[in-house]
Amino acid sequence: MHVPDGFFTAAVSVSAGVVAAAGMAYCLRGARRELDDRAAPMAGLVAAFIFAAQMLNFPVAAGTSGHLLGGALAAVLVGPYTAVLAVAVVLIVQAFLFADGGLTALGINITLMAIVTAVVGWAVFRLVVRALPRGRPAITAASFVAALVSVPASALVFTLLFWIGGTAPIEVGTVALAMGGVHLLIGIGEGLITALTVSAVLAVRPDLVYGARGLTAPLELRNPDGTTRLAEPSAPAAAPAAASARKGGFAPFALAGLAASLVLAGVVSFYASGDPDGLERVAADHGLDAGEQEHGLGDSPLADYGVAGVADERLSVGLSGIIGVGVTVAAGGALFYAVRRRTRDEVGASGTRTGSADGPDRARA
Amino acid sequence: MGTGEAGAGESPAAAEGEPSLRVEDLAYAYPDGTQALFGVNLTIARGERVALLGPNGAGKTTLVMHLNGILMPGHGSVTVAGLPVREDTLQEVRRRVGLVFQDPDDQLFMPTVREDVAFGPANMGVRGEELDRRVRRALERVGMLDAIDRPPHHLSFGQRRRVAVATVLAMEPEILVLDEPSSNLDPASRRELAEILRGLDVTVLMVTHDLPYALELCERSLILSGGVIVADGPTREILADAELLAAHRLELPFGFAVPGSTSLPDLHAM
Amino acid sequence: MGAGHHHTLHRPGDTPVHRLPPQCKLAAVAAFAIVVVATPRTAVWAFAAYAALLAAVAAIARIPPGFVLRRMAIEIPFVLFAFALPVIGLGERVEVAGLSLSVEGLWAAWNILAKATLGVVASILLAATTEPRLILVGARRLRLPPLLVQIAMFMLRYLDVILDEMRRMRVARESRGFVARDLRAAPVLARSAGALFIRSYERGERVHLAMLSRGYTGSMPVLDDRPVPAAAWAAALSLPAAAAVAAALAWTLG
Repeated sequence: MHVPDGFFTAAVSVSAGVVAAAGMAYCLRGARRELDDRAAPMAGLVAAFIFAAQMLNFPVAAGTSGHLLGGALAAVLVGPYTAVLAVAVVLIVQAFLFADGGLTALGINITLMAIVTAVVGWAVFRLVVRALPRGRPAITAASFVAALVSVPASALVFTLLFWIGGTAPIEVGTVALAMGGVHLLIGIGEGLITALTVSAVLAVRPDLVYGARGLTAPLELRNPDGTTRLAEPSAPAAAPAAASARKGGFAPFALAGLAASLVLAGVVSFYASGDPDGLERVAADHGLDAGEQEHGLGDSPLADYGVAGVADERLSVGLSGIIGVGVTVAAGGALFYAVRRRTRDEVGASGTRTGSADGPDRARA
Repeated sequence: MGTGEAGAGESPAAAEGEPSLRVEDLAYAYPDGTQALFGVNLTIARGERVALLGPNGAGKTTLVMHLNGILMPGHGSVTVAGLPVREDTLQEVRRRVGLVFQDPDDQLFMPTVREDVAFGPANMGVRGEELDRRVRRALERVGMLDAIDRPPHHLSFGQRRRVAVATVLAMEPEILVLDEPSSNLDPASRRELAEILRGLDVTVLMVTHDLPYALELCERSLILSGGVIVADGPTREILADAELLAAHRLELPFGFAVPGSTSLPDLHAM
Repeated sequence: MGAGHHHTLHRPGDTPVHRLPPQCKLAAVAAFAIVVVATPRTAVWAFAAYAALLAAVAAIARIPPGFVLRRMAIEIPFVLFAFALPVIGLGERVEVAGLSLSVEGLWAAWNILAKATLGVVASILLAATTEPRLILVGARRLRLPPLLVQIAMFMLRYLDVILDEMRRMRVARESRGFVARDLRAAPVLARSAGALFIRSYERGERVHLAMLSRGYTGSMPVLDDRPVPAAAWAAALSLPAAAAVAAALAWTLG
């Protein structure tokens, strides 16, 4: 579901925008390392695929329908960094050209549908793959679970953001229930489509599935006299050096991004709070606040954009913005960190090494 | 049939000091696991014109895609005029190895011929007048200068094939690699292309099924079969060896005889 | 107009709006959307002004109202949701035509409807007056990350290929009596999805290999870098500027 303009407060929209931009910047570097010069066309293909797939609604039950989100599928096919970029491009193009999703809600949409689904999908995928014996069935099964989980995860973050800064006066409980229930069903559809697509591609072009790297057999060499020998792979499968270089660069980057988000949220949320909620201002100006009703989100600790128990208004409002952003960024950061560590560990365990290709065992009559 | 000379009176091999192409022990398996190349070895000197023959499925196109780094070997190495083909040398390798694919429509993806021919040098940083000069010169060499501002899909197949060659010539390559250059060409276009290729002063490697074409243009031939090179010698000798050809699913066209062959074609047998 | 494009969003023409450089239009639309969203929802007259501005742009670009309205259908799910808000919303209620509606809900519905609709119309006008290829050029001129622009470029190319293949596969399926009705259709759809992915990849791969062979490194060489006249920027940014004036008035006057 693409969020339109006006659905979230400025504070949350801007903060989500910062998170989205930071996430994408990080992924731009990672994508190059993932797929080098195939990154753009593969990402473009995955993006086109998801774009087309999102135009198809699949029936979920009793007249409701959902559509593919695609973050998990993209992550398994082209890796998490490229996946985030691919889905983000889809969302950006949809917003600008197809008016699907508000331009000012891009940050939120990218965070929800690109970052959360791809990162959660990849993390779950890696977890399940490690738990199962190596091979194609494991990859297919892991894809199913990853996609299944990624959808409600996205819905969860949506509900969280809505609780913090949705502009519609609905009970959060209602939203959570509606989103959660529908998205669990959509998750099943997403899981099925993802698993079957991945297995179909695996069968014919396993080189197109990023999640299946490291399943290749050693090469055979034929000598002129008719004998054969086995070759040691000359090209390294992945780049552990790149991974460690990334680690050094990430921390300061993440801290800067986090600091920026927090400052923005804190400052913006104060100034913005009085503005979009024109009704409250009007009421206050004309002395109608005597009979002011509970805001629709009254049971949220962040109700009225203030943190309960903090007296100074500016501090209170700023705090709520900071808490909101903090929760989102912390969740995202933790996921990224988890993903990075696992990816680095897997690299060391790829492929079996055969005997040396030159030297003593040249001829095997 | 002469080999192209680099400069007046100067031996091209000595001037460069390096073969245009050296492939050592090249092995490769397709993504689904099937191995295609089992240790290919070949060397091509500067200025030579060499034909690469072999049955369907021998791995000729796969081998060719290693020459400019589109595919990376599972084992072995490729060296172009002394430069090893590696991740970090790809840009220069792709300038030196001009690869012309079999289907010109895969190679002509810009709105006009001019833009297609300019694409290669532009990627190398050539701009302005120099770019224009290169584009015009490349089109002149293939005789397609008057089509410079036309959309490629308005041209005939043979013309598109020639423009595809021009797109690569504009990069001033060291070696021109052509995949089935004469396929689907009518006789006149075939002849025109042969004249163009003969007039070029680059090293040429031509993958082809068209044995008479190989004989006409290339003084040396290789046979790739079962993922290794099984024959390497003067084209005339290879084509005259009927048993060798038969062993690798190669046949001369009906009625065609190479002067000095070991057996005459039997026009009455099937 | 474009060969093989299914994009019915673009409406070819030769108006001043069509002729504006794409990066100016992109920036203008983005700025306009931000101004709209930042406007307090109570200033109903400001939204009317925005609508009038967009109508003026549409008139200059000779885009018929029907063209825009038809493409606004994409908004429908959120329109329905917006209509539901006054009914399910909390807080103080008011009687309207016999129905008890939430005041806060009414304002929220108006907020969403107005802002979303204006954003949608602006996007439609952008797409109608700018070829997709040019939009990417504009994005690059605006210094968006080159990798992103390249991904978008490949996406548009592959989209044609994919939609073409999808159509063919659907025809083949339906000719054999299969129509997707519920969740059980998923396995069939998904298996064809895998084949679709591979076929599209292989069709695009050959062109990509040809591009690589000619030194393509991930960004198209920019051969035409003429500076954009200030007049073009002024013309394009007049839209968000006028909107900003209205917004500023809305803030100060309440």
